[in-house]
Amino acid sequence: MTNVMEAKNVKLKYGNFEALHGISLAFPAQKLTALIGPSGCGKSTFLRCLNRMNDDIDDIKITGEILLEGKDIYHSHIDLVALRKKVGMVFQQPTPFPFSVFDNVAYGLRIAGVKDKELIEQRVEESLKQAAIWNETKDNLQRNALAFSGGQQQRICIARALAIRPEVVLLDEPTSALDPISSSEIEETLMALKQKYTFIMVTHNLQQASRVSDQVAFLMNGELIESGSTQEMFLSPKKEITNNYLNGRFG
Amino acid sequence: MHEIFLDELKKLNARFMEMGVLVNDLIDRGTRSFVEHDKKAAQQMIVEDKEVAKEAVKIEKKALELMALQQPVATDFRVVISILKATTDLERIGENANSIAIETVRVKGNPRLPDVEKVISNMTHQVREMLVQVLTAYVQENEKDARQMVLGHAKVYKDYKNARQMIIDGVEQEPDAAVASASYFVIIRLLERISDHIVNLASWVIYKTSGELFELIKPDPKEK
Repeated sequence: MTNVMEAKNVKLKYGNFEALHGISLAFPAQKLTALIGPSGCGKSTFLRCLNRMNDDIDDIKITGEILLEGKDIYHSHIDLVALRKKVGMVFQQPTPFPFSVFDNVAYGLRIAGVKDKELIEQRVEESLKQAAIWNETKDNLQRNALAFSGGQQQRICIARALAIRPEVVLLDEPTSALDPISSSEIEETLMALKQKYTFIMVTHNLQQASRVSDQVAFLMNGELIESGSTQEMFLSPKKEITNNYLNGRFG
Repeated sequence: MHEIFLDELKKLNARFMEMGVLVNDLIDRGTRSFVEHDKKAAQQMIVEDKEVAKEAVKIEKKALELMALQQPVATDFRVVISILKATTDLERIGENANSIAIETVRVKGNPRLPDVEKVISNMTHQVREMLVQVLTAYVQENEKDARQMVLGHAKVYKDYKNARQMIIDGVEQEPDAAVASASYFVIIRLLERISDHIVNLASWVIYKTSGELFELIKPDPKEK
């Protein structure tokens, strides 16, 4: 199994405060890795390191290596736009831009300089289909994306992330703002998309992690406590503290 | 919230152990009534077996309720699942003990083979000891002791094969003991089955403590 991304001893400091104490974790291709842990454990901070979303925070210092296809994304030669083309992101709250569904999904392609109208149309349709939102939007592609329901907006955002054909998609609690039906639709979408993409998802919903992920990493206080296959983690975690967290005994 | 779960789990464990003690007593009484030709004790026991079945249903209900409402995962999940599965084995042991009592009622008044009955007593002793050991391993979460059950079962199986030959030889010499011999065959088979269920219990102890799930190696019943 090849690893698309790999973090090696990643440490992150806000001023004097060290929020991540050296995290090493590999992300296998076409798998979904769930990052779990109590609030403030550093899982979202870690996720945001993976496409350099923390760069602009004042007084931040990140050390260690994050390799994407073998190259360190923190290397000075790396072009941020190119990096984020390869590593897309979907946030907790659906964040469609305040314009049409079509323009939302086409946005990344246009930024990347794609001019071919036919190609854009084709990619928009393909991405909306992949995100399982095509049937609900195909007759309303010019409708404002904000006019759709929360679950639909989130799938439009997933389509937007997929349009530029990323290698990896980061998901920061993608269903926590959604009702159970919309959540389950997103989960189904992710399950289908795993064939093509590598996902890294932060979630507080442990049942969701057990349902959709292949690998689980449990973080606490800025440290990686334990990681392993989802089966191993949910049936026979090696550490007592992992068992306690999974059973909701703290956090 | 989790105190509630742990408290419920403790109660469930206690119930399971109580059922274990009850079943162990049934094995003792079942074979003792047979060897001592005590039809009355056997009849009494047949009535009581229903208690074990009822207790098993109660444990199963509680375990299922915990699964559905508390949704345990990881170690907690394994603990509840092992109780659920082990209860079935324990219940089967109780049923087998009860079948021994039924043979007592059937054979009463027929000529017997004392040597075979002695072997039956020994097998019973061995099986009961194994049950106590496996239940202790269960409580203490002692994987090592649980694995020892395979050796105990091998011994029971050997006794079973020897006893079978003894019965054949015995009935040849004393054809009047044919009716009793039919019961002897049934009983040694039942004891061997009980021992087999004890090995299953041991595998649930191992699953509970380590998460490893496999069938412990037992002698092949097809082997002559």
